[in-house]
Amino acid sequence: MEEILNISNLTKRYDDLVVLDHVNLSVKKGEVIVLVGTSGCGKSTFLRCINALEKIQEGKVSLDGEVINPAGGKLNTVRERIGMVFQSYDLFPHKTVLQNMILAPVKVKKINKKEAEKEALALLDRVGLLSKKDSYPHQLSGGQKQRVAIVRALMMHPEVLLLDEITAALDPEMVREVLDVVISLAREGRTMIIVTHELTFARAVADRMIFIDGGKIVEEGSPEEFFNHPKTDRLKKFLDSFSYD
Amino acid sequence: MGFEVLFKGSNMLRLLSGMLVALRISLISVLISIVFGVALGSLMSLKKPAITVASKIYLEFIRIMPQMVLLFLVYFGTTKALGINMSAETASIIVFSLWGTAEMSDLVRGALGGIPAIQYESSYSLGMTTFQTYVYVIIPQIIRRMLPLSINLITRMIKTTSLVMMIGIVEVLKVGQQIIEANRKSSPNAAFGVYATVFLLYFVVCYVISMFSKHLEKKWKN
Repeated sequence: MEEILNISNLTKRYDDLVVLDHVNLSVKKGEVIVLVGTSGCGKSTFLRCINALEKIQEGKVSLDGEVINPAGGKLNTVRERIGMVFQSYDLFPHKTVLQNMILAPVKVKKINKKEAEKEALALLDRVGLLSKKDSYPHQLSGGQKQRVAIVRALMMHPEVLLLDEITAALDPEMVREVLDVVISLAREGRTMIIVTHELTFARAVADRMIFIDGGKIVEEGSPEEFFNHPKTDRLKKFLDSFSYD
Repeated sequence: MGFEVLFKGSNMLRLLSGMLVALRISLISVLISIVFGVALGSLMSLKKPAITVASKIYLEFIRIMPQMVLLFLVYFGTTKALGINMSAETASIIVFSLWGTAEMSDLVRGALGGIPAIQYESSYSLGMTTFQTYVYVIIPQIIRRMLPLSINLITRMIKTTSLVMMIGIVEVLKVGQQIIEANRKSSPNAAFGVYATVFLLYFVVCYVISMFSKHLEKKWKN
C-alpha cells in the first residue's frame, strides 16, 4: 500500500530536554498504528508534532509528499487533512453538538450549512447520538462527548486521524462505547495513529504496535509479536507492568 | 413628602437631564474601558514579565486610590502641574476610563486564563485559522464568562458617577441639591422627595442593565 505520512528524523527539544530524538516513521494508507509507552515518554508530543501543534527542531513530517512540519504559511489547510481528538475539553462548550460538528466544515471548507448538517446527522446516527444533536456538551456524559469529538473530526474528511489518549479521562464503563467507534473506523480502512493505555484495545485495533521510550522508538511490530514475543527488555518490562500475576 | 417640587416648572426635566449627564459620562467611560480593557487584558495574558509588572502596578494604584482622590488629582492636579486645561467632564471620563480599564483588563485576563489550551488546539486541529479560532471559539466563551462581573463593574461605574459633582459637574445629584435649595422655603420636605426620585432613577437604570444581563445569562446557560 502507498505511504501517506512520512516522519523522518523528528526531533523535539524543550531547551535542553530532548523529548523526541530523531524519530522515523512511515505510515501507509489505511494503516492503524498504536503508540504505547510510559507517561512522559513523548508519545503525545509525537502526535502533536504531526499536525504541527508543536514546533520541531529537526527533521520533517510530510503528508502525501507535502512537508507539513516545519510548516510554511498554510498550516490550517494542512491541518484540515489531519484530524485530531484529545483526552478531554475538545468540544466547544457554547455550541450544541450539531453546531460543534458543522462549524469547521462551514467556516473552513465553505460547505453549505444544510449539507453539513445532513452529513453531521448521519454521523451522529452512526455513533448512536442522533437524539443528542441539540444538546450542549455539558449535558453529555464523558463517553458521549468523546464520540461527538470523533465524528466532529470526521466531518473534515481527514486523511489521517490522530487519537491522543481519548479514553484516559473517562470512567471505566464509558471506555468501551468510545473504543467501539474507533474499531469500526479501523474496519472501514481509516488511517489512524492512536496513543492509548488500553492494551487489549490496542491489540484488537492495531496493524502495527510501536513502543516509545526515552523519546525513541524502541520496538515495533505486529500486535502478535509485540505482545507475545517482545524483543527488548524495556518493552518486556513495560508490558509486565500491566499484569498482576 | 416633598415630591410636589418635582412637578414645579421644569424640575423633573432638569433632574432627568442630570441623569443623562451621569449616564453619558459612564457610557463613554464604559466603552473606552471595554476597548482598552480587552487590549490590556490580552497583553497581560501573554505573561511577559515587563507587562505583568507594569499592569500590576497600574491595577493596584487604581484600586487603592479612592475614585474621588483620582478625580481631584486629574482635574485640579494636572491643570496646575501640567498646565492642561480640561473640562470637568473630560477629567471624569479619564478617571472612570482608567478605573474601568484596570478592572476590565483583570476580568479579561481571568477569563482568557480559564480557557483550556485544548479549546485552541482542537479548533486549530479542525483547520481553523487563529482568527477563526478567536472569533468562533474563544471570544464567545470569554464574553459568557465575563458577563456577570462586567455588568457588576458597569453598574458600579454608573453609581460612582455621583462623585463627579465634586468637581463641579451638574449631574443628577447636583441638580437634586439645586432643586432642594431653590425650594427651601416653599417645600421644606423637598429633600426626601428629590433624593428618593434620584434613588429611583439610579435604580431603574441599573435594574434594566442587570435584567438584560440576567436574560443573556439565561440564554447562554449552556
